Amino acid sequence: MLLMGERDIVMCRQMVRKLTQQVKFTLVDQTKMITAASELSRNTVVYGGGGQMRWEIVQNGIKTGLRLAFEDKGPGIPDIDLALTDGWTSGSGMGVGLSGSRRLVNDFDLRTVVGEGTCVTVTRWK
Amino acid sequence: MERIPILKMGRVLLVTIQVDLQDQVALALQDDLSAQIEKTGANGVLIDISALEIVDSFVGRMLASISGIASVLDATTVVVGMQPAVAITLVELGLSLEGVRTALNVEKGMAMLAADDRNQID
Repeated sequence: MLLMGERDIVMCRQMVRKLTQQVKFTLVDQTKMITAASELSRNTVVYGGGGQMRWEIVQNGIKTGLRLAFEDKGPGIPDIDLALTDGWTSGSGMGVGLSGSRRLVNDFDLRTVVGEGTCVTVTRWK
Repeated sequence: MERIPILKMGRVLLVTIQVDLQDQVALALQDDLSAQIEKTGANGVLIDISALEIVDSFVGRMLASISGIASVLDATTVVVGMQPAVAITLVELGLSLEGVRTALNVEKGMAMLAADDRNQID
């Protein structure tokens, strides 16, 4: 789904809610995944200048999980370690978006090239 | 753009958030509440978030700043009704909502504000 404006952040949360219910996450796990999606989609819209979210229901043996990828073609992140530091923000946020959403998921992968864009992939297992 | 209604009950402003909040709506609520505190001379603000399925950093920041603004305007803010799953997620996300007073439900929140009101030296 496309993430171009604020309204899409709300749509993204609703989409992820549906997906987490589909894979039968517990309420706490649903809430964590939706919250992470909310933070990451806002990053895509606000800092990445818009982009898209791709989703996939993944299997690993008997485990089922939900994987979300947030992609943008924005300015990229020059210093990943700094961006993942609690309390650090390049904008007007609280600086917990990226670092906090990493704690809300099981797998977290951040790929970024300055001047080309950023892709954050997160997975939460049931 | 939709707006969140603000009700006045005595000297308390009551807000119930029942929609999935868009960022602009959250910001508008902050402005509207500040204006209403000044206009009505309210000394308490009660925000019911029991219908909210998530509180992310944006909404968390909005709650903290409403609380801060209200406090400068001599009003106490109490946030009530946070769902347990939301509380767990919020803490893991790293938001402590510092300076924001909370109560389990509307009734307890109102009692808290009423007690504050009685203790105030006018």
